[in-house]
Amino acid sequence: MPALIEAKNVTKIFGGGLLDKSRTVALKDFSFQIDSDNPSVTSIVGESGSGKTTLARMLLGLAAPTEGEVLYNGKNLEKLGGSDRRQFLRDVQVIFQDPFEVYNPFYRIDHVLETPIKNFKLADTEKGRRDLMIESLEAVGIRPEEILGRFPHELSGGQRQRIMVARALLLRPKLIIADEPVSMVDASLRATILGSLLRLNREFGISLIYITHDLTTAFQVSEDIMVLYRGSLAEAGDVDQVVRHPEHPYTRLLVGSIPLPDPDLPWEGERAIGRPAGELGVQGDEYCQFHDRCPYAMPMCVQTHPPLFHTHPNRVTSCYLYRESPELPMPQMTSIFKSSNREGPPEETEQLDALDAELEVSQENSSTPTSADD
Amino acid sequence: MVEETLSAEEPTAAELKETLKVEDLHVYFHTAAGAVKAVNGVSFSLKSGERFGLVGESGSGKSTIALSLLRLIKPPGKIEGGHVFLNGTDLVTLTEEQMRRKRLDEIALVAQGAMNSLNPVRRIRDQFILAYKDHDIDVKRSGLEERIGDLLTRVGLNREVANMFPHELSGGMKQRVCIALAISLSPSVIIADEPTSALDVVVQWQVMDTLRSVQEDLGASVILIGHDMGLMAQFVDRLGVMYAGKLVEIATVRDMFGDPLHPYGQMLIASLPSLESRKARLEGIPGITPSLLNPPSGCPFHTRCPKVMDHCSSVTPILQEVRPDHWVACHLYEEA
Ligand SMILES: Nc1ncnc2c1ncn2[C@@H]1O[C@H](COP(=O)(O)OP(=O)(O)OP(=O)(O)O)[C@@H](O)[C@H]1O
Ligand SMILES: Nc1ncnc2c1ncn2[C@@H]1O[C@H](COP(=O)(O)OP(=O)(O)O)[C@@H](O)[C@H]1O
Ligand code: SF4
Ligand code: SF4
Ligand SMILES: [Mg+2]
Ligand SMILES: [Mg+2]
Repeated sequence: MPALIEAKNVTKIFGGGLLDKSRTVALKDFSFQIDSDNPSVTSIVGESGSGKTTLARMLLGLAAPTEGEVLYNGKNLEKLGGSDRRQFLRDVQVIFQDPFEVYNPFYRIDHVLETPIKNFKLADTEKGRRDLMIESLEAVGIRPEEILGRFPHELSGGQRQRIMVARALLLRPKLIIADEPVSMVDASLRATILGSLLRLNREFGISLIYITHDLTTAFQVSEDIMVLYRGSLAEAGDVDQVVRHPEHPYTRLLVGSIPLPDPDLPWEGERAIGRPAGELGVQGDEYCQFHDRCPYAMPMCVQTHPPLFHTHPNRVTSCYLYRESPELPMPQMTSIFKSSNREGPPEETEQLDALDAELEVSQENSSTPTSADD
Repeated sequence: MVEETLSAEEPTAAELKETLKVEDLHVYFHTAAGAVKAVNGVSFSLKSGERFGLVGESGSGKSTIALSLLRLIKPPGKIEGGHVFLNGTDLVTLTEEQMRRKRLDEIALVAQGAMNSLNPVRRIRDQFILAYKDHDIDVKRSGLEERIGDLLTRVGLNREVANMFPHELSGGMKQRVCIALAISLSPSVIIADEPTSALDVVVQWQVMDTLRSVQEDLGASVILIGHDMGLMAQFVDRLGVMYAGKLVEIATVRDMFGDPLHPYGQMLIASLPSLESRKARLEGIPGITPSLLNPPSGCPFHTRCPKVMDHCSSVTPILQEVRPDHWVACHLYEEA
């Protein structure tokens, strides 16, 4: 059975030819797939400009790859026919960083939810529409009577973002791609929004791609993680292993740079990985993207791009330090993911317990007055 | 209490003097719908060389405090009352001209989104010169070039950056330029409003490392504003928690993380992610921020507080020192 969505050796280049100064390789030879029948939560992390949004846009069919292809149920996204295209627009939903932009200040919140119901004819009657909206809102922990009839500016950032989650849920998609959905909000709202996304995965079997520059939240919500560095995959696999014992020198730097919310733990940043090895002249177009910052860089690092080394059953690393391990061809990368190797839903129930506790609290407390005139 | 210690750890009594003292500050925005009470009676002080953090929900008044301390609040905003003593002078009473001279010289701001407010058509050098125009600096003197170069190297940038335009710099580099600008005249207080929220952790570390080292060199105090509790834990000495225009808790960073007292502070700490356990505390704080047009009566948190009591909605709790160096505004900690 074909994957729900598959990126096959996609490369995206912005700008002109090799000599064009503005030429940017935003993403290089990247492969990845999401199963339809095995709901997963996968994170994509990387610094700004590492190619995360570019990848998301290609998976959504909003940008065409320069090389390679994106397939939806085995069919090239760019060549989808009418009914397939319609189904794709339902199956794959996206949530972007800034929920403000999506809202029209002159329409009540109801409008945001009614539009997809009408467009996709999800309900015939007024009551049917209402019920759908209510069901979706409740699934993300919002009491409908608290927000329906209100205008966007009357809601908090966290509420607005959760309504976007509810909106995505209306269509019962198979996959939600969330591109930095919480980078604009404070820690408390962050937890609430990620909680509601995770709940959709567990309760409705919706797969989730969570894109972020924040390793900590990636660790919290996902099973598998992919670390991008300047358009190339640095490391991927089981999130517990990658975050607790990072292999690629860039991932080590990333983990070492996280300021932990404990004043007694050190914050080492670049001090932790040491100084770059020094100048190694780059010859061609093929090299490790991290070579100029890497303390372990060797001559081979600037001669060819390091392939994926299969270092552990559930992880791969694109770094010559691990060249003793067998190579794994890029298109097989996702096959090592935990989510690809299990039957049924993910095991850990801890997260869900915490979520349930949270939702209970929010249901109880949501009867409290929320505006000052109450 | 005469302490004559000269050890590197223990600051002397003179060093511990208060550089900045904010007393009962009120700042309102007068909108068509009424007065938005963005800062509603805030008091705190800053010792010399101290790093103080301000956290709190979006819209709780943090940036408004920052702008008010420099008297940069523009209409419809207005400082309605209170005092801001900087090295003994009340900034609120100064004339505009006097205040202009204090800025940069004694108190400087790296504003929220500062790196995006660099003038795109001016070279970095000109941004410095522009900033100096209110001060008695001869911008034609040859020494100036030298000085800008020194400032840039101090924040870890190349001297050549002076010749570049903002779009030629990465986010982290722009943010360092903003820090270099802020420290130009060796101010005694530097306010940094979310200096790294737009940057990834690696660059964030670099920028904060830079800020810490220049701050230590200058012996300046820093107010760091932000949402990132990890960053706060790693950078500041003391932390103030804002809620709906008020400071509800002030404590040393250790006490705040180890033993938060205010119910809002407790929920804030409880919602922090950790790398140790995936037992994800994905618990946000239920409910929404109250409107600042019509702040709730009594305790501003009473609409969301899990420990709310009868009188919380009518009696406003006062910020009190309930333990040494630990201040809380909550009826739970009042003597019966
Ligand atoms: N120019 C203005 N006119 C009217 N209201 C304003 C203005 N500027 C700020 N406010 C209001 O003042 C309050 C405090 O805003 P402020 O920018 O200080 O929040 P903040 O704590 O810095 O938030 P964030 O964490 O999102 O930066 C908010 O309710 C905001 O809507
Ligand atoms: N429309 C575009 N035109 C030119 N360059 C682009 C465009 N979109 C992205 N890029 C470049 O591609 C690279 C990756 O960008 P992006 O995918 O947005 O990164 P991320 O989402 O990880 O921050 C960056 O160097 C960026 O400047
Ligand atoms: S391949 Fe070489 S340069 Fe790249 S991360 Fe590994 S050791 Fe460093
Ligand atoms: S004063 Fe009352 S409502 Fe406010 S935080 Fe304390 S217990 Fe909660
Ligand atoms: Mg992006
Ligand atoms: Mg602000």
